[in-house]
Amino acid sequence: MRRLLNVKPRGGVLLFLSVLPFLALALVYVMASEARHAINPSDKILPTLEAFARAINIMALQVDQQRGEILLWMDTQASLFRLGVALGLSMLITLVLGLLLGLLPALRALAGPIVTAIAMAPPIALLPILFILLGLGETAKIALIMIGVIPCMVRDLTAHVRSIPEELLIKAQTLGANTWHILTRIALPQSLPRLIDILRLQLGPAWVFLIAAEAIASDVGLGYRIFLVRRYLSMDIILPYVVWIALLAVTLDFLLAQVNRSAFGWAHPKGAR
Amino acid sequence: MDALKLTQVWVEYGSKIVLERVNLAVSPGSFVSIVGPSGAGKTTLLRLLLGQEAPTRGKAMLFGEKLRDEPGPDRGVVFQRYSIFPHMNVRENVLFGLECKGSPVFGHLGGKKRRAALDEVDAMLASVGLKDARKLYPAQLSGGMQQRVAIAQALIMKPKVLLLDEPFGALDPGVRADMHVLITDIWRTNGLTIFMVTHDIKEAFALGTRVIALDKARHDAQAPNRYGATIVYDVKLDRKANAVPPPEIEAMAAGA
Ligand SMILES: Nc1ncnc2c1ncn2[C@@H]1O[C@H](COP(=O)(O)OP(=O)(O)OP(=O)(O)O)[C@@H](O)[C@H]1O
Ligand SMILES: [Mg+2]
Repeated sequence: MRRLLNVKPRGGVLLFLSVLPFLALALVYVMASEARHAINPSDKILPTLEAFARAINIMALQVDQQRGEILLWMDTQASLFRLGVALGLSMLITLVLGLLLGLLPALRALAGPIVTAIAMAPPIALLPILFILLGLGETAKIALIMIGVIPCMVRDLTAHVRSIPEELLIKAQTLGANTWHILTRIALPQSLPRLIDILRLQLGPAWVFLIAAEAIASDVGLGYRIFLVRRYLSMDIILPYVVWIALLAVTLDFLLAQVNRSAFGWAHPKGAR
Repeated sequence: MDALKLTQVWVEYGSKIVLERVNLAVSPGSFVSIVGPSGAGKTTLLRLLLGQEAPTRGKAMLFGEKLRDEPGPDRGVVFQRYSIFPHMNVRENVLFGLECKGSPVFGHLGGKKRRAALDEVDAMLASVGLKDARKLYPAQLSGGMQQRVAIAQALIMKPKVLLLDEPFGALDPGVRADMHVLITDIWRTNGLTIFMVTHDIKEAFALGTRVIALDKARHDAQAPNRYGATIVYDVKLDRKANAVPPPEIEAMAAGA
C-alpha cells in the first residue's frame, strides 16, 4: 500500500474529485427542497430550481421597469466599482507605507506602533463614524473597505521588506546605491509579487466590508440587493446573488494569480510552485 | 601606505567580546586568507572592514583614512549566499552599480550612456565566463555561475578592496577549482587587495599571500564571553611556492 500522502490524482480522476463536492451539494439541496415542498408547496426557504430560473431571469436578463436597467448588472457594476477603487487606493498606500516602514528603521520607530494600534480597532465599529464624517455616499463605503484592509496589508508588506536578506542591502550599498536607489530598484520590485499575494488574501475581508457598507446605506449594489429582498424572504434571489458574488471573488483571485505569475517570472522559477 | 591598518581593535556586542586586541597591517595588493573555528569572529572582522560594524575600541584605517562606518563602492563584497538580486537578470545585476553611479535620482541610464555601460558590462561578463548567460535570472543559474555574477557585479565598480565571505563554500570541488583560477586572475590583473574568509585551509594557503587565523587566545570556562578572539597565527607566503599548511594550523582547523 502506498502512503496516502503519495497518492496523487491526475487527469479524469482529478476532475471527478474536484466536481464531486459541488454535485453532492446540489443533490442534497434538491432533495431537501423537494422534501419541504412536498409538505408545503409555497415554501420560500429552499426554493425549487424552477423558482431560481424565474428569479434569475427577472434579475439578470430582464430590464427593471422602475430603474430602466438590468438589476444584477447594475448591482455588479456598483459593487465592483467600489471594490476596485478601494483596493486600488489600498495597494498604492500599502506600497508607499510598507516600503518606507520596512526599509527605514527611524520611520518604523515613529509609525510602527500607531499602525499596529489602528489595525486592532474593528473597522465595522468605525462605520458609524465614517457615515457621520463622510455622509452616506460612495466615499464612506470605499473608506470602510480601505480602513478594513490597509492595516493588515501594510503590516504584511513591511514584514516582507524587512525579510529581504541583509546581504542584498549591503551588496547594493557597496555598488554605490543610495537609500532612494535601494527603495526603488531593490525593495520595490521585490515587493510587487508579494503585494499582489497580499491583495488576494485581503479580497475576502474586502468583500465583507463592502457588503456590510452596502447593507446599511445604499440604493444599489450586490449587498444592498441581498439585504433588500431579505424582507420578503426571497431566497430565490439571495442564493443566486451569493453564488454570483463567490464567482466574482474566485475570478478576481484567479486573475490576480495569473498576473503575478506572468509579470514576475523571476519570483516563480520553473519547478517551484 | 598600508591598505588596511588595525590598531588594538576590539569589537563587542553588549557584554560579549567577539574580537580583542586585533593588530594587523596589510600592504596593498595582498591576498589575505582568514581562517579560524566557527564563531571565532571571521565574519565580524569582514563586517568591520565593510563598515557594517564600528570598532568599540581601537583604530581602523583603510588606505590611510579612517574606515567609514557605512558600506561604500570602494569595498566590494561577495557573500556565500544572497549576493545577487533575484529580480534582475545577469546583465541588469552587473549594470546596477553603473546605473547608481551615473544616475543618482532615477538609478536608470538611457540612450548613449546606457549603451556604453552595457558594453562595459558585457566585457566584464565575458571575462568571468558568463557571455552566454546574460539574459538569465539568478534562479536559473548554478551556484558557481551565481558567484561569477556576484564577482562581476563587484568588480565593475573597480573597488580597491574585495571582501569575500566563504565565497566558494557552497560549490562542488571542480567548480571551486575553476573559481580559484578566476579569482587569482582577477586579483592579479586588477591589483586588488583581497580579504577572503574560508573554512578550507588548503584553499586559504593555495590562494593567499598571507594567512591569518582568528581564535581565542585566552579562555574563561566560567564566562565564555569574557574574552574575544584575536589573531593567533599570521604567515606571509610566496604564492609561487605553492604553500602547504603547516601542521599546527591544520590541527587548529581540525579542532574547530
Ligand atoms: N549581532 C550580533 N550580536 C551578538 N553577537 C553576535 C552578533 N553577530 C555575531 N555575534 C557573535 O560573534 C561571534 C562571532 O561571529 P562570526 O559570525 O563573526 O563568526 P564566524 O567566525 O564568521 O563563524 P562561522 O565560521 O560560523 O561563519 C559569534 O559568537 C556570534 O554569536
Ligand atoms: Mg562567518
